[in-house]
Amino acid sequence: MRHSTMLRIGPVGFRVGSDWRAPVAALEALYRNYPKPQDGIPDFSVRLFAARPWRRFVRSAVHIGGDFVIPDAAPLPLAQGLLAAEMGMNLQMALGQRRYLLLHASGVEKDGKALLMTGESGAGKSTLAALLMARGWRLLGDEFVLIDPVTGHAHGFPRLISLKNEAIGVMAREAPGGRWGPLLEGTPKGTIRHLVPDARAIAAMDQPAVPALLLFPNFGFEAAAREVPPSECFVRLTQASTNYVSLAETGFDALTRFVRAVPARAIDYPDTASAVALVERLWGELA
Amino acid sequence: MTRYCAADPATLRIEPLDSLTLIYHRSSGITHVVDSPVPELLAVLGSDALTLDETLAALAEAHDLIDPDAGALAARLDELVEAGLVERC
Repeated sequence: MRHSTMLRIGPVGFRVGSDWRAPVAALEALYRNYPKPQDGIPDFSVRLFAARPWRRFVRSAVHIGGDFVIPDAAPLPLAQGLLAAEMGMNLQMALGQRRYLLLHASGVEKDGKALLMTGESGAGKSTLAALLMARGWRLLGDEFVLIDPVTGHAHGFPRLISLKNEAIGVMAREAPGGRWGPLLEGTPKGTIRHLVPDARAIAAMDQPAVPALLLFPNFGFEAAAREVPPSECFVRLTQASTNYVSLAETGFDALTRFVRAVPARAIDYPDTASAVALVERLWGELA
Repeated sequence: MTRYCAADPATLRIEPLDSLTLIYHRSSGITHVVDSPVPELLAVLGSDALTLDETLAALAEAHDLIDPDAGALAARLDELVEAGLVERC
């Protein structure tokens, strides 16, 4: 492809090629402190391409391709090229990751122990992870946490933190020194802006943590916490994992071990301050 | 007369969690999350080929059933046959 870059996020190396310079330039700027794939060999390739040659210039529409694709996925306008690249990398992970049990969850680490948060889009897992990062926790990732089936440890995947709508303003106040990507308006999920994980998250991205607490956050209700039994946890995590089925018995073993070892709570929270207070109280009690 | 036995133990991973039990069925790659009386039924059946009445009697003896119901048991067994966890043999 005309333009390309390589980067590594946690244990996973990517090559991103593009018909346009802008998405690659945005990736290189925002991921400038990230390492390259080990031995220079990426695990996954992403291609951002124009469906027809003239569409590089006229009403540019960025199609997302790569080793793994969703047929007929709608293209994005060139102004959202960074989002297309991020979606392309997420897609490779969601469809192609086989080395780790992939949980659609955010995660932070303290004292070698990991707090994981999972839930539907809009539940606040990215925002909570970013808030905790701003309060001194090490960010493991805002989208995926990778469980090693052999050790049971959680490996980070600290890609750019994808903040949406109101969460952008919240984090701009909470992390005033943060490095940000461009404001992307009118995306399929509303307004999106990417926050670069702090230096500590990037420097320590290769250090796994022992899962110690799992939360199912739910934004918009009075503060409350409910114990989630292992069987419910198991079912909800199979729904939150895109590769549980393809890992077969290895995935079953990893997830069974996880839900037996890790206490879980469903939490409701009305605002970020009460969420952080609730999380830190539960962490003190359970982790 | 129909006789039932549990699927080959080598094809099943049975992991009790809390009130529910996980069963990974190696032959199909499907994970089942089951409630009582499924684990008890599989344990009672084992490799023995039991009729419906024999299965009910064995269950009643092992678990002190208050209200043994052959119709309900037949329905459960049919579901388990459908899932591949029990075989007609």
